[in-house]
Amino acid sequence: MSVLKSENLPPIIKDSFITGLITLILAIPIVGLPTINATEGLQIEPRWSVVIWMVLAVFLGRLVLNFWWHREQPSSSSTSPLNTPFLQSLQQLLKFIIPIGVLFALILPTMPFASRYVMDVAILVITYIMLGWGLNIVVGLAGLLDLGYVAFYAIGAYSYALLANYFDWSFWICLPLAGVFAAISGILLGFPVLRLRGDYLAIVTLGFGEIIRVILLNWYEFTGGPDGISGIPRPSFFGLEFKRSSEGTFSSFFGLDYSSMHRIIFLYYLILALALLTNFVTLRLRKLPVGRAWEALREDEIACRSLGINPTNTKLTAFAIGATFGGLAGSFFATRQGFISPESFTFIESAVILAIVVLGGMGSQIGVVLASVVLIGGTELFRELEEYRMLAFGALMVGIMVWKPRGLLAHREPTIRIETEGSS
Amino acid sequence: MEYFIQQLINGVTLGSIYGLIAIGYTMVYGIIGMINFAHGDIFMISAFIALIGLLVLFGVGITWLPLVLIVVLILSMFLTAAWGWVVERIAYRPLRGSFRLAPLISAIGMSLFLQNFVQIAQGARIKPLPPLVSGGFVLMDSGDFTVNLSYLQIVIVVLTLSLMTGFSLLISKTALGRQQRACEQDRTMAALVGINVDRTISLAFVLGAALASVAGLMFLLYYGVIDFFIGFLAGIKAFTAAVLGGIGSLPGAMLGGLLIGLIETFWSAYFTIEYKDVAAFSILVLVLIFRPTGLLGQPEVEKV
Repeated sequence: MSVLKSENLPPIIKDSFITGLITLILAIPIVGLPTINATEGLQIEPRWSVVIWMVLAVFLGRLVLNFWWHREQPSSSSTSPLNTPFLQSLQQLLKFIIPIGVLFALILPTMPFASRYVMDVAILVITYIMLGWGLNIVVGLAGLLDLGYVAFYAIGAYSYALLANYFDWSFWICLPLAGVFAAISGILLGFPVLRLRGDYLAIVTLGFGEIIRVILLNWYEFTGGPDGISGIPRPSFFGLEFKRSSEGTFSSFFGLDYSSMHRIIFLYYLILALALLTNFVTLRLRKLPVGRAWEALREDEIACRSLGINPTNTKLTAFAIGATFGGLAGSFFATRQGFISPESFTFIESAVILAIVVLGGMGSQIGVVLASVVLIGGTELFRELEEYRMLAFGALMVGIMVWKPRGLLAHREPTIRIETEGSS
Repeated sequence: MEYFIQQLINGVTLGSIYGLIAIGYTMVYGIIGMINFAHGDIFMISAFIALIGLLVLFGVGITWLPLVLIVVLILSMFLTAAWGWVVERIAYRPLRGSFRLAPLISAIGMSLFLQNFVQIAQGARIKPLPPLVSGGFVLMDSGDFTVNLSYLQIVIVVLTLSLMTGFSLLISKTALGRQQRACEQDRTMAALVGINVDRTISLAFVLGAALASVAGLMFLLYYGVIDFFIGFLAGIKAFTAAVLGGIGSLPGAMLGGLLIGLIETFWSAYFTIEYKDVAAFSILVLVLIFRPTGLLGQPEVEKV
């Protein structure tokens, strides 16, 4: 605060005051006059105290922000060199974090605190990590904004559920098939629309996601419509089922006492393996020509085209591979839940997955993990604040874009670069 | 035949509402080249403001309908315009010059935020409003089917037409419109000749929001129910309208809105009502694939 000049004070106060006033104007109808559904029609019950608290909070928040901005100005030149060693040490730290994290994930079920609830949350978080990694291929690497990723998730889930219901096929046959179906739908969608510019593509994929949902909702004879599909078979461990029975079950084969936790732990390892597979494939793809082409395409499409890269085919591969992982995750979701309905595949779900990718830092694998743990695990902790969850998601997306458009752990470093003299 | 004419009337009414929202998309896209994903939610907020305004005015005992509607319309235009301005200020202005997808992601975040904000502040249940403007003319009566033209439909179409005429004049004749068009063509050059570019962009958001607020009031009166989620579908359809007409073009937005309204109404009337949203989305995809510039749009030249 010592750097703050006294002549800055009046404009700061004025600016904060105006912000508070605008908040007041905006908040009076929407917050101050809530409509209540009563038996005799809509009623209005004013609640001015909330408005006053909001205005005060915004005024003080703006005041603090203003002080912060004015404080930082003189020392702004000295902050950037300070940051670099810090970032480098962070990078070093990350090298250790990744193996430790994987190890922790592997031994998690043997931990004493691994109750049924903890395992359920862990499965949920890893499902979102997998979806995040899958979408990261499309958004982070290839730079295509896909707002309908949940469609591939839905296609995967419904493929498994329908194949298992109609043909009685096992999960292990359906899992790759679900991936293939999702990939095919990705190609079918991608082929005509990938020529479009970035933001048009986003809207078309959003439309595609909604079309899939509406079809699932209305094709009653085939998909069960809004009732969904129930009684989806659980996966088996090499043909050994997780059931309380004496013959041919997991527990009897290994001579264990039956416990419902067996299946949960099995599902946990299943999704962990799928997620690690996603990550492994992504990391390897990044080293292949096609992965390099994705990153190049994200940075400059015109330059790519002039270098002889076919942008449509390159984008199509990213789209199809991302869709495949979405389909695999969807198939896992179906077998874990045992029940699916179109309700699970709304636009909000796409937005959550996108938020994970964006907040983690587009293109950063570890960022996706952090973002899923914080966003999905964190919202599990604050269950009673459920309705504020999407509010916070939205605010975070805007905030991250304004503050750090590349995401928290941005990875926009090209995987290779040509070393030239003079550059370090 | 009577059925067809009735659907035509309904379609034109719906199309007017979409057209008004579509102008907001097309203006913002024309000037800064971004899809203002939160525009549909601005429309939703305006419907809520209109609902609250109506309830408050009835609550204090003002019941003369024309006065009530005019007061609510003006009030809601101002308040919604303020929302539009604030959204631009918070979520888009700091991102100017950032990478391409940043404003779009920010806009999606804003849209989620506004939806859930209204859901928390106003409750998640649908808000019904008894019909205020009732009655109308019977145009045709063939015994088993009567063609009705309600007063409300006349009000909606006339109001939309006059607003659009006024708005076109504003853009083509006034200094303000000249600034808008200048910024659309070349922002740097416009700044060099002394146009306050930031203010002009803000104004595009404000004007778009004000027009959306008219659509919000009309939607509320026409359908009689609103909830916090109406902005999503209406926004997507209005955006489709803007793209169909040629994004960046004002007459295009009006034409596109009209076409989308007609297509949706006829689809529901002659095919299935369940798939009417699919129809709108499919049109969007088809237009983007086969004629990305829309009906009245100008081809975009990619500069390196």
